[in-house]
Amino acid sequence: MEDMTHVDRTMTTQQNIKISAKDVQVYYGNNHAIKDVNVEIEDKTVTAFIGPSGCGKSTFLRCINRMNDTIDVARVTGDIRIDGEDIYDPKVDPVQLRAKVGMVFQKPNPFPKSIYDNVAYGPKIHGLARNKTDLDEIVEKSLRKAALWNEAKDRLDSPGTGLSGGQQQRLCIARAIATAPEVLLMDEPCSALDPIATAQVEELIDELRQSFSVVIVTHSMQQAARVSQKTAFFHLGNLVEYDDTDKIFTNPQDPRTESYISGRIG
Amino acid sequence: MKSSLLVSDARTTKRNKAEARFKAFGLGAIAVAMLALVILLTSVIGNGASSFQQTYITLPVELSADRVDKKGNRDPVEMAKTTTIGYAPVLRDAIVAEVARLGLTTELSDKDLAEMISKEAAATVRDRVLGNPDLVGQTVTFDLLASGRIDGFFKGRVTMESAALDGNTSPDALMIAQAFADAGVMDTKFNWSFFTNPDASVQRPEAAGLGVAILGSLYMMLVVLFLALPIGVASSIYLEEFAPKNRITDVIEVNISNLAAVPSIVYGILGLAIFINFMEFNQSSPLVGGLVLTLMTLPTIIISTRAALKSVPPSIRDAALGVGASKMQSVFHHVLPLAAPGILTGTIIGLAQALGETAPLLLIGMVAFVREYPAAYTPEAGLFGEASTALPVQVFNWTQRSDPAFVERASGAIITLLVFLLIMNAVAIYLRRRFERRW
Amino acid sequence: MQSLTTPLLFVIALAVVGYFVAKARALQVAGGDIRTLVSLPRQHALNTALATLVPACAAVLLIALFSRITGTTPGWFFALVVLGLGITGFVLSLIGIKIEARARNYAERWIMGLLIFSSSIAIMTTVGIVFSMLFETFNFFGQYDWRDFFFSTTWSPNFRGNSELGILPLLWGTLYVSFIALLFAVPIGLFAAIYLSEYASPRFRSIAKPAIEILAGIPTIVYGLFALITVGPLLRDYFAEPMGLGQSASSVMTAGLVMGVMLIPFVSSLSDDIINAVPQAMRDGSLGLGATPSETIRQVVIPAALPGIVGAILLAASRAIGETMIVVLGAGAAARLSLNPFEAMTTVTVKIVSQLTGDTDFASPETLVAFALGLTLFVITLALNVFALYIVRKYREQYE
Ligand SMILES: Nc1ncnc2c1ncn2[C@@H]1O[C@H](COP(=O)(O)OP(=O)(O)O)[C@@H](O)[C@H]1O
Ligand SMILES: [Mg+2]
Repeated sequence: MEDMTHVDRTMTTQQNIKISAKDVQVYYGNNHAIKDVNVEIEDKTVTAFIGPSGCGKSTFLRCINRMNDTIDVARVTGDIRIDGEDIYDPKVDPVQLRAKVGMVFQKPNPFPKSIYDNVAYGPKIHGLARNKTDLDEIVEKSLRKAALWNEAKDRLDSPGTGLSGGQQQRLCIARAIATAPEVLLMDEPCSALDPIATAQVEELIDELRQSFSVVIVTHSMQQAARVSQKTAFFHLGNLVEYDDTDKIFTNPQDPRTESYISGRIG
Repeated sequence: MKSSLLVSDARTTKRNKAEARFKAFGLGAIAVAMLALVILLTSVIGNGASSFQQTYITLPVELSADRVDKKGNRDPVEMAKTTTIGYAPVLRDAIVAEVARLGLTTELSDKDLAEMISKEAAATVRDRVLGNPDLVGQTVTFDLLASGRIDGFFKGRVTMESAALDGNTSPDALMIAQAFADAGVMDTKFNWSFFTNPDASVQRPEAAGLGVAILGSLYMMLVVLFLALPIGVASSIYLEEFAPKNRITDVIEVNISNLAAVPSIVYGILGLAIFINFMEFNQSSPLVGGLVLTLMTLPTIIISTRAALKSVPPSIRDAALGVGASKMQSVFHHVLPLAAPGILTGTIIGLAQALGETAPLLLIGMVAFVREYPAAYTPEAGLFGEASTALPVQVFNWTQRSDPAFVERASGAIITLLVFLLIMNAVAIYLRRRFERRW
Repeated sequence: MQSLTTPLLFVIALAVVGYFVAKARALQVAGGDIRTLVSLPRQHALNTALATLVPACAAVLLIALFSRITGTTPGWFFALVVLGLGITGFVLSLIGIKIEARARNYAERWIMGLLIFSSSIAIMTTVGIVFSMLFETFNFFGQYDWRDFFFSTTWSPNFRGNSELGILPLLWGTLYVSFIALLFAVPIGLFAAIYLSEYASPRFRSIAKPAIEILAGIPTIVYGLFALITVGPLLRDYFAEPMGLGQSASSVMTAGLVMGVMLIPFVSSLSDDIINAVPQAMRDGSLGLGATPSETIRQVVIPAALPGIVGAILLAASRAIGETMIVVLGAGAAARLSLNPFEAMTTVTVKIVSQLTGDTDFASPETLVAFALGLTLFVITLALNVFALYIVRKYREQYE
């Protein structure tokens, strides 16, 4: 892990592409929710999706781990690759894909199980631990990474639903990273949290960047500016602009981006 | 360490197999449920469909005066003194003559031949003669019920082998029956009398019908409709619109949901103890049956009525109150009409439930053998006070008799009952579709 | 009671007359201009009709009840009381018709009284059930030792006396049949519900769900007949006899299986509701971690829904215990404590029916025992229902 700590913010070159999407379209029945999206997301980077609500941020995010498969009316076309492999290839099992591409949701959704079992759930179903000691270790490591270990270590057997909102969301993050994903998708992970919990989660996201490629949807521009290196601005299903975060916020190219940043649309 | 997404690892393959298995279990469970439904319906229909057909024998019967009108004065009062037993020889001669006319030879005695005709036939002929004394002296052609065994022969229930072991019929009789059928004398026809005849005694299943049972069930449904609907709607209105939220109304609420789950037989005990032993209403009467079923149906109606009232948006009430209507007026003029389709649907479903209910009726004496059509009102018995039976109880009654012909009747009665239920549910579904409102 | 019919009919007629008289009088008071009236003539008319009818009808009910308790027939005095009440209501309400009278409020007060009375019928039913059974049960325990009833393992009623009336064999039969029914219905109902709510396409669901619910609309006598003529002989010929387990077509297995079929829609529709109440976020969380749908269902959805499902199973159990016609026609009449499911056994409900039908003598313990059986049945099912409804309610609140 030590060798990863000095990844440079500006060191973003072409060979680091983790996810690449080409001509992605998503339809919900007749509703064309994502139109012609092309984007390349880098490894070991936090990428933020911003845009007014209903513009398709979540929809696009859910394409990356094929969570849209669970919605009957949703239809995805185009080409999305992770490490060069087409994830919509018929040979790809979404179950395997989702182990690699973890997801954290808007509202904390811990399972009605103990804290320990919440975190151990993924490793158990994917068979990541050979024995109980292994599993204990994974649970501890994940909780530590999610900055929850100190608060939770004495109550691993109590239900996850008994934690506070911020703790629950960090538990969900611990749960997601316990399966050792390569990409972590987060859909407005702080929108249900108070400012203090938000700050904790944001701090956490910055640390997670060392191990994963993180994609975060947020409706807060300040948050995007704080945590991300790259930002994508969506509007009415189109990817309007995608660039370094600094650039998007200081010198947007598209007038729509500019109006959104300055608060005129949204 | 990096694994490709394009190849499925062993563990995922295993997990996907488990997934497929689990899904198959689910589909299997649905298949089992469907299969059970199909077997149930085929069994009942297979056993009961034949009860809608009945074998009749067409016989010219000589109604000679010295047999049916011994005094010879055509006075119906005098003629009524000849009982059905007196008509038996008339029929015996008729069938013997018919055998001779067709040139059939048989080992059967005249008495055995006469037993091919239902014991009910004598009464049929007698009733016709008493209704029209002019027939005496003539030879009249009658369509008479064949006996249960002969009827069973044409329906496949009785075979030559079973007849050989059967004291009530014989292979010879079946051969004659076959010859009659070939000659067009014996025929199966649609069995209207199944729906109009009263029950018949153990020896004559071929004459047993559902007339009294249908009438009794109808009376009970009327009682239930006229009691349960107003009471149910009134108490729903109170609980939903007016009742203060306090301990007493809480108790009523919990009480109603528990009443809905009380075993039906307990209502039978209630009916026996309160309506028959305490209030001394008539046993076996549709009134008591209707009262018991009313109490049983009430929770169903209340629950669905409250749901219907709840689905009317508060804005309607506010609008009515806003133009100066009282709370009571807003409920009766606006909310109730809007909730009416839902209430009606719930009521019909409650009635359907009541129509099929058996256990409580057994306890209030509706199992009795009743041959008289009950009158809706008599001064002595009061409203719906005459002994009666009911459709599902008639089914139970017939299952308790040993002649297999009654199994056919019981299944036929079930089909009839199911058709009634089907119609009621179809009406309920129609109402729901027709008046369904989305706010 | 006949003596009250005439006054009652008279009062009804009076109410109808009152309706029109009051309407006319209100118009007259208003001098032909109804705008001067505080309440419409219609309201006055309604008030008069109700004032005439309601107290008199209430009196009829009370008098009927009183005369049943005392065992007398109500005499002319009571008839006069009914008439008097009717006429008083009629006269007083007509006198009360004034310009400023608030007839709408008066009429609504009567209606409210009727609404409250209707609501109380549900309570009276429960009271009636409890008292009718308690009363006769006390009679029964006056003649038969309660310890023998609850703890004796023999049931052999004898109408010449000296009966042994132990409930244990009946309870055993009841529980055994219910157990088999649940063993059959719970997995099938639950799996059907899971498939319908988690896997089925909307089209498949719209066909399969109503089809399963048909099973719930079929009267139990139909299931009883099915047990008697189809399932019983089938089980006897293909299972019991070849395996040497018995020659009886009526058996615990027959009744249990058929009852199981009856309970499938009950279990599946309750479970369906309960599974649907589990928030989608819970499923998303699991699927997002790479769990398969079945892993999600088994490890997240079902554990989350467990309290509700337990409640549903308890409700189904209470149904099974109280079911009558299927066991009357399918289980048999012999009270027996045996483990062999292919043997005929009997249940509490079967014995309630057999002790209370036919010639019954309400002084003999053989008849009265039915009330003690009924009370026991009522208490067991009530306890199950209350507990189950409590669990289900708590469960629903959790996700609201
Ligand atoms: N499950 C769904 N079924 C149908 N339409 C949906 C569904 N989810 C989202 N949509 C539609 O897709 C569009 C984009 O939604 P979403 O991706 O949730 O926006 P965002 O996350 O940016 O607020 C919206 O028009 C929304 O109505
Ligand atoms: Mg969103």
